[in-house]
Amino acid sequence: MTTNVDKANGGPSNGGGEGGNKASAPADANPVAKDAVTVVDPRLLVRQEGFKGYLTEFGRKMRSGDLGAVPVIVGIAIIWAVFQWKDSAFLSPKNLSDLSILLGGTGMISVGIVFVLLLGEIDLSVGSLSGLAAATLAVLNVNHGVPEGIAVVAALASGAVLGAVHGFFFAKIGVPAFVVTLAGLLAWNGLMLQVLGTTGTISIDDDSFVRTLTAHYFSQLIAAYGAATVATAGFFLAQFLDARRRKAVGVPARPLSEILVRTAVLAVIVFAAAWRLNEYKGLPLGLVIFVAVLVILDFVVRRTSYGRKVIALGGSVEAARRAGINVVAIRISVYSLAGLMAAFGGLMIASRVGSASQQAGTGNLLMEAIAAAVIGGTSLFGGRGSVWSALLGMLVIGSISSGMNLLGVANSVQYMITGGVLLAAVVIDSVSRRTQRSAGRG
Amino acid sequence: MAIVPNGPVLALRGISKRFGAVQALTDIHLEVHAGEVVALVGDNGAGKSTLVKTIAGVGPADEGVLEWQGKPVQVNRPHDAQELGIATVYQDLALCDNIDVVGNLFLGREILRAGVLDEVEMERRSRELLQTLSIRIPSVRIPIASLSGGQRQTVAIARSMLGEPKLVILDEPTAALGVEQTAQVLDLVERLRDRGLAVVLISHNMADVKAVADRVAVLRLGRNNGTFDVKTTSQEEIISAITGATDNAVTRRKARTGEVAK
Repeated sequence: MTTNVDKANGGPSNGGGEGGNKASAPADANPVAKDAVTVVDPRLLVRQEGFKGYLTEFGRKMRSGDLGAVPVIVGIAIIWAVFQWKDSAFLSPKNLSDLSILLGGTGMISVGIVFVLLLGEIDLSVGSLSGLAAATLAVLNVNHGVPEGIAVVAALASGAVLGAVHGFFFAKIGVPAFVVTLAGLLAWNGLMLQVLGTTGTISIDDDSFVRTLTAHYFSQLIAAYGAATVATAGFFLAQFLDARRRKAVGVPARPLSEILVRTAVLAVIVFAAAWRLNEYKGLPLGLVIFVAVLVILDFVVRRTSYGRKVIALGGSVEAARRAGINVVAIRISVYSLAGLMAAFGGLMIASRVGSASQQAGTGNLLMEAIAAAVIGGTSLFGGRGSVWSALLGMLVIGSISSGMNLLGVANSVQYMITGGVLLAAVVIDSVSRRTQRSAGRG
Repeated sequence: MAIVPNGPVLALRGISKRFGAVQALTDIHLEVHAGEVVALVGDNGAGKSTLVKTIAGVGPADEGVLEWQGKPVQVNRPHDAQELGIATVYQDLALCDNIDVVGNLFLGREILRAGVLDEVEMERRSRELLQTLSIRIPSVRIPIASLSGGQRQTVAIARSMLGEPKLVILDEPTAALGVEQTAQVLDLVERLRDRGLAVVLISHNMADVKAVADRVAVLRLGRNNGTFDVKTTSQEEIISAITGATDNAVTRRKARTGEVAK
């Protein structure tokens, strides 16, 4: 043992290797650090208590490449500012309200993509699955007179089952996910055309349940403000109770000042949104559904052992397997969830458009859904990301298309700009990943 | 050092293992007692990893008996070994880089509270565990990626301790570590022994073996090639047993006397 300690002392002085005098200092300091048996490493940059510590910690995170949602929030601010400057109708209540409904459809699909990206995989079939779900609903309900509830369940189930089929081929047979879901992209688009038959486009009744999903507004003032209040209070309570419990057990907790700042930021955002929405028709049901899904699935990812397993798989499959995680089951379930969310998104889109058509689920829907997840900050490399990136990414993409439409810019330019934004997002992801590596966070 | 008189925790009696035409292990005997560090050494292909796999239940033996606390047991799956109280830390650690220390320690055995991850309790238990093992890491809430190789190794070992095992098998814990990190891990191995655990340490590094092991079991070409008491054996003798360079009557006699001395 003694030989090793001697070597340990010699190591840094050789490694530091500048001048003999300088190098001797760290060699002397070493045994002292050894005697002091503490769990916390003395080299750790401990965050100071209070608000100032929060700011310095924030700055350090930014520099080390742990950017989180900051680039996308800055991006949204710039996009909104530019469009508002070009056309004052952009931030008008009507446009924002329409935007909030627009987010829901593709956003739902994007949430499923976030789960797949967390695994470090990809799903190309979600666009076709969403179209198929809409077609299933329309054919069953409108053409065959099946009760709407059953038709909705059948449409959602089709997505979940077909997603599980992808998962089976990927996880159990070992076919690359890219190929499986590419096959799905073609096959399910074909199946949708088959299901629709010669009819082409099937309209959905205006007073049907599916139509209400995006057509209904809670027009009372209290609805939007009430929802904002509940969200703020719920957030504060959750954070506060968690901090109190942590303090009671004696593990580091967030200081109250930080919780208050976070709550205040959230409150400003949700109350501003509520105010704008109330200026128009009120709180859209579509937005409520989307946010509710986000909150539930965010909870699943961060607070359940299922979510922990998904993230573990994105980090290291081998480690997850050794820890006793059923890799095959988790993979199949994630693809099934992606399929379910795609079907849900397909219904939301059909609801907004008012019909199921042969074009549903084609075009750039798939690319938008994947782009939204990545733009929102979920890593393509697996294991890092948040369900909320579906919302943030959709805000970017939706704002661009909505603003461009206002300005009367052609689709061609819109696609090019969205493509540029996607590239920027992936560049930020790759660069921040590299910076995080060198800062030891990746 | 402190060999408990009442029998070994783990005893291997006549373990053999074949892979197709290769006889990987032939009639291996090994005993490990509580509060003892047994180093398992041998050249590449000597059968160290194969032997460990038979103990850990990854690749069960073809012949021979595995005795756990004096009773013959069947270890056919990794799960069986864990049930008995055998924890294995493999060379590649199997940690998730993107998850923090707490998450990795409890990966696959999360503590739940009303169906939800109980992060507070897991963090408290993690700090407690690291404290009792005197493991120094910057924080339990940073991703594994930010830790040095030695710190990762200590986290992996700490994780094996969560199941409260009686025997810990460490596969090359100091390979690819710097000098100070090696010292950290060896300190930890000593603490495991002081807590009354039996430790099997696989290593190529004679300095490490001399530093912490009580006994050295040498494997050569899938057979026992002597068990030595570290205190009374020189490094050269162990190395010649490993390489077989002096595989003659003299060394065989020495190996025998080594076993008698034990």
